[in-house]
Amino acid sequence: MSDIKEIIGKIYPEATFEEGENLLVNVPENKWYSLAKSLKEDKNLDFDVLSAVVGMDWKDSIGVIYYLTSTSHNWEVIAVKVVAENREDAYIHSVSDLWKVANFQEREVYDMFGIKFVNHPDMRRFFLRNDWVGHPLRKDYDANPELNPIRLEDEINEDDSRTFVEEDGKIVEKPVKVFNEDEYVVNIGPQHPSTHGVMRFRASLDGEIVKKVDVVSGYIHRGIEKLCEGLTYPQTLHFTDRMDYMSAHQNRHCLCMCIEKALGVEVPKRAQVIRTMMDELMRISSHLLSFGCTAMDLGATTAFFYGFRERELVLDIFEKTCGARMSMNYNVIGGVIADLHPDFVKDVKHLISIMPDRLKEYHKVFSGNLIAKNRLKGVGMLPKEDAINYAITGPSGRGSNWSCDCRKKHPYAVYNEVEFDEVLEDGCDSYSRYMVRMKEIEQSCRILEQLVDRIPEGDIRAQVPKIIKLPAGRWYQQVEASRGTFGVYIESTGEKNPFRVHFQSPCFNLVGVMNLTCSGYMIADLITIGAALDFVIPDIDR
Amino acid sequence: MFNFGTWTEAINNLLLGVMPEWLAIVIECVIIAVLVLATYTVLALFYILYERKLCAWFQCRLGPMRVGKWGLLQVFADMFKILIKELISLKGTDRFLFKLAPYIVITSSVTMLACLPWGNGLQIINWNIGIFFILAVSSVGVLGILLAGWASNNKYTLIGAMRSGAQMISYELSLGIALMTICVLSGTMNVGELVAEQNSAWFIFRGHIPAIIAFIIYVIAATAETNRGPFDLPEAEHELTAGYHTEYSGIHFGFFYLAEYLNLFIVSGIASLMFLGGWMPLHIPGWEGFNNVMNYIPSIFWFLGKSFFISFVIIWFKWTFPRVRIDQMLAFEWKYLMPFSLANLILMAVCVAFGWHF
Amino acid sequence: MGIDSIKSMKREDFKDNEYIDKLVDELNATGANVVVGKLDELINWGISNSLWPLCFGTSCCAIEFMSLGAARYDMARFGFEVARNSPRQADYVMVQGTIVHRMAPVMRRLYEQLAEPKYVIACGGCAVSGGPFKNSYCVVPGVDQILPVDVFIPGCPPRPEAMFYGLMQLQRKIKVQKFFGGVNRKEKIEEFFAQHPEEKGEIG
Repeated sequence: MSDIKEIIGKIYPEATFEEGENLLVNVPENKWYSLAKSLKEDKNLDFDVLSAVVGMDWKDSIGVIYYLTSTSHNWEVIAVKVVAENREDAYIHSVSDLWKVANFQEREVYDMFGIKFVNHPDMRRFFLRNDWVGHPLRKDYDANPELNPIRLEDEINEDDSRTFVEEDGKIVEKPVKVFNEDEYVVNIGPQHPSTHGVMRFRASLDGEIVKKVDVVSGYIHRGIEKLCEGLTYPQTLHFTDRMDYMSAHQNRHCLCMCIEKALGVEVPKRAQVIRTMMDELMRISSHLLSFGCTAMDLGATTAFFYGFRERELVLDIFEKTCGARMSMNYNVIGGVIADLHPDFVKDVKHLISIMPDRLKEYHKVFSGNLIAKNRLKGVGMLPKEDAINYAITGPSGRGSNWSCDCRKKHPYAVYNEVEFDEVLEDGCDSYSRYMVRMKEIEQSCRILEQLVDRIPEGDIRAQVPKIIKLPAGRWYQQVEASRGTFGVYIESTGEKNPFRVHFQSPCFNLVGVMNLTCSGYMIADLITIGAALDFVIPDIDR
Repeated sequence: MFNFGTWTEAINNLLLGVMPEWLAIVIECVIIAVLVLATYTVLALFYILYERKLCAWFQCRLGPMRVGKWGLLQVFADMFKILIKELISLKGTDRFLFKLAPYIVITSSVTMLACLPWGNGLQIINWNIGIFFILAVSSVGVLGILLAGWASNNKYTLIGAMRSGAQMISYELSLGIALMTICVLSGTMNVGELVAEQNSAWFIFRGHIPAIIAFIIYVIAATAETNRGPFDLPEAEHELTAGYHTEYSGIHFGFFYLAEYLNLFIVSGIASLMFLGGWMPLHIPGWEGFNNVMNYIPSIFWFLGKSFFISFVIIWFKWTFPRVRIDQMLAFEWKYLMPFSLANLILMAVCVAFGWHF
Repeated sequence: MGIDSIKSMKREDFKDNEYIDKLVDELNATGANVVVGKLDELINWGISNSLWPLCFGTSCCAIEFMSLGAARYDMARFGFEVARNSPRQADYVMVQGTIVHRMAPVMRRLYEQLAEPKYVIACGGCAVSGGPFKNSYCVVPGVDQILPVDVFIPGCPPRPEAMFYGLMQLQRKIKVQKFFGGVNRKEKIEEFFAQHPEEKGEIG
């Protein structure tokens, strides 16, 4: 870590450093873009992944914290803090040309904080209506419902966007059109059977060929990050189950770990093992759902029912131990809320004993079929470089042969004590992404098999204070959720409720890649690409 | 074997005895029209239940169970509901064409239904271009779908209709050629004679290899003709919400819905007519006793049984295969299916010329 | 209350439902003509047994709705399985999940696109009241703020059994409505829209 400090300090003497969990670099706004460029391009630094963009309002100043990861240097993580010069009319230089993933991330920051990004090609709001008043995550946001009543009229001027460019040292606004007048734009969503929720795509077509996809998000934006700021730490936990409801355990595990890390709580071994097993069961359930939905989107309805048949077995296990089929609310700070059901071991063994045969059956009924292969192979190409640039993690990234499994790179819980393979496929297409999921079910079964007879006795929960107050500081924790790397950022001022919580969801990056992967393919492929990327909308919108 | 012709003859003589000929013909036409429409409705409802039950069984489910015994009354509940659903008229649509389209679709399928040989002597029109007429009328249905897509003023329906047009016009070629292969074997297009020809053995056995190939080609093309999976692109629920009938509600949608199922019956009926002997029982030359036993089963059951079996196969396709993409579908037709069926036609011609058939 | 059954439905089926009891009283008070009454019964039987849902899920409840359609729960048994993707052909919309400000106009439009007779079920805590997100800046606190809701199904997400109960409750409600004369339903809907006006009433 001192290396990085030296290298950066040599080029940018004005940068200051804060030690902490991760090294934090403070840099003035006017130097940010050139620093970003050298962070990405300098071979000794080589921070090729932009993991998170966290907008921040420190009351007296406003800015952004960027979390960067270097795949070549042992997955080193650093943070860069950039403060805008003027709080009321804030500008920061966009890095969306260096890391493409920043495109949507910066739009989100603009929407929530009002920070305008210079040179960003398309500075629209991302989650909220374009006639929304104010920026909700600013500390001075006026929450008066009369300013923003429930509007029942449609949004207008959807094609109007703008960009901010620097001309002669001054920043000027220029209008940009998303689609031209003469383009044939088909609206897909928000009520559409194949958008896996309420996503909205506007696709301009040439015949049946997709030319450009515009992602319109926010139809399920519930303002979880803002809600968290008003709640105590244990109260914030239940939101994670409702973001990516197919990764409920993993997401909650992540938030709990982040808080435990800040508190310095040691989680008992039994709880660690239970958490790991629950995570893997959740992954199986999620991938089965993904299999079913992919099949259904391709019109193979029967395969969907087969996937759901096995998923019910997983849900039974959850229901017996956690008391709910979905939104389990199982992890708590310091451990888990309840001990395992006596049937747990038996049920898990039953599940892992039948899964191999069932996977073969799926292959027979769906993916072994010539039509399905033709529909998925060679469609939605996402080369490895793009996957890294767009920070596409999880099965979708591994389908592009990018080794990005957080369980291997930053092991947590008991993942370093079990043997499993990181599944990689080099097809870079929808079929590879699909196959990664199917093979990950096998690997999850393998992990469960190793753990199911080795659940240690002991406490299921560590002692934590009644009123949880995190010391002042910032923490960032990542886990491997079913769809990719899920990150939680917490900044505390020492109070009993967080100053800022940011959830870095994997699905957010997945929609960012829709335009790239769908352009040039047919409209029917747009559906299969979406299905193979497998995003969950409430996870994007939060 | 019982001939339904005796009944129709008796009714005709009865009417002629009490009224002039023109009136008798008018009355007969009305009776037939009522019968055809009644058969149409009953068959369509039966098919809806048939498919729902079948797909439930493919998918480890039970299917409709609660309304009536084994859900038998389910479709009647659906019918009542569809009848009273509101008909929405939309701004920006071509009102006349919008309302005309479902009627074109349903007329085309009712007309085809009238051409099928239901049983021994149970046939409405029997003329020398029967098969040709059926093929011609089936193409009219495409017009209805194209109009529906165009008149709805909706991008989804337009894409659905264009796909449908491309698909049906393409697959009609293979369909026609497959049927022509059998016409070469039989030497007639008359529906009655076609069935009579199969007295000794069904065409699929008499024409052996080329007939079996033609049968397979026909079933594939017929699946595409009826817009069923894996060729259900015009509806493509997961891409185009409901395809060409997205904007239709109430009974107008009901017409499309019924026509879809009836077309399934009709293509199965044509397959049973052309390949499996129509209403002709299973006859094996030389086995007189067996043939006599087969003759005891009424001819109408033979026809319906064969049709339901072929429908079962087509429904099986739909619930098993994923959907193909428009370019793959057209490439399949023009690059493989049509050349293959043309070659098959020549093969059949050679077989017939040299007498290599039974 | 002196009735044992109404419209072929057993008294026990709705005995703990004051709301339906009230509707039954209303129906008895106004009195129905015999022929129309019978026809009404037939049509209500048809509508209640052929409720085709509109595929509309925003979050977790939608996954449970998929479970409802899958083999273990199989809503096809009741004839609910013909899920239509086009609102024109659906009979009811089951609001599964949170409705946020951006979604509200879309939701309203979807409702208006449904063909009569149409029903709304608010499924899950978020649709009923805003659920855990009630205090958020952009969440509609309950879909009954923008649509006339027929049945509420609480839960987060409701279990498939709860969804079945809600759907059967809707069937019961339909059975005590009047199709001809349009007494209890249409008036209520009109009253609702008078209270929740839309600024610009243009429906495509």
